[in-house]
Amino acid sequence: MKARVTVMLKNGVLDPQGEAVRSALGNLGFAGVEGVRQGKLIELDLADGTSEADINDMCEKLLANTVIESYSVELA
Amino acid sequence: MKAAVLVFPGSNCDRDLAVALRGAGFDVEMVWHKETALPKVDVVGVPGGFSYGDYLRCGAIAAQSPIATALKAHAEAGGYVMGVCNGCQILAETGLLPGALLRNAGLKYICKTVPLVVETADSAFTSGYAQGDTIDIPIAHHDGNYTADADTLAMLKAEDRIAFTYGDNPNGSDADIAGILSANRRVLGMMPHPERRAEAVHGGTDGAAMFTGLADALVSA
Repeated sequence: MKARVTVMLKNGVLDPQGEAVRSALGNLGFAGVEGVRQGKLIELDLADGTSEADINDMCEKLLANTVIESYSVELA
Repeated sequence: MKAAVLVFPGSNCDRDLAVALRGAGFDVEMVWHKETALPKVDVVGVPGGFSYGDYLRCGAIAAQSPIATALKAHAEAGGYVMGVCNGCQILAETGLLPGALLRNAGLKYICKTVPLVVETADSAFTSGYAQGDTIDIPIAHHDGNYTADADTLAMLKAEDRIAFTYGDNPNGSDADIAGILSANRRVLGMMPHPERRAEAVHGGTDGAAMFTGLADALVSA
């Protein structure tokens, strides 16, 4: 089984990289890009039967720093 | 007086930190990240560098390495810990210190000597300074932008746990924070590098008092 973990900076945490990307898109002439948030996508290849609780534990303990980041898990 | 300096793959200030601790009178042992126990020491130094290539997040993998469990136990038993730069990021990732270090607000790696304001003299690390002193200490980081929620910042202020602030905030840190202390004031994490300003040959000795202060605290204990 596979799981996709998306890690994003929490709302309210300034994302300077996203802001630089937004500004670069503006420089390229794309009008109307009002915000960019940059995150991470982590694909996990897991033994069948791995519980969702275990995956959440992986996120809490390592994959995301919950002080500044939120995460979501999508099972595939 | 004994100190250990942790060495991770990618640490590059470990020997500098050991030299500064030895200069203050410590016997220093280097401890590889795969060790599961620390020697009996008074102080653990967590050095700067790019542990594990800064993969995932700065300090995230190091915070889960075998030696990290022993580091946490040392701190929880009241031992002294000094984390510099990547070491500061590692301490935040272990949860020994609150908050987190984000990419610098200007997105650039910054390497220069900056003025720091000593915010409290009430710790072994800062007892050699007076509150309000300005000291010159080098920074060298890409991810030194300290962030914490409003409650945490208020707590750090109320408990007098902000050790140093930047005189001229170079990286966007909340409340200009450059270094913080644990609740028992025995764990210091700071992004600037006092070990790079500890001998006259470095161009200044403003950082030396952090190491001698630590030694003095242990002698008088």
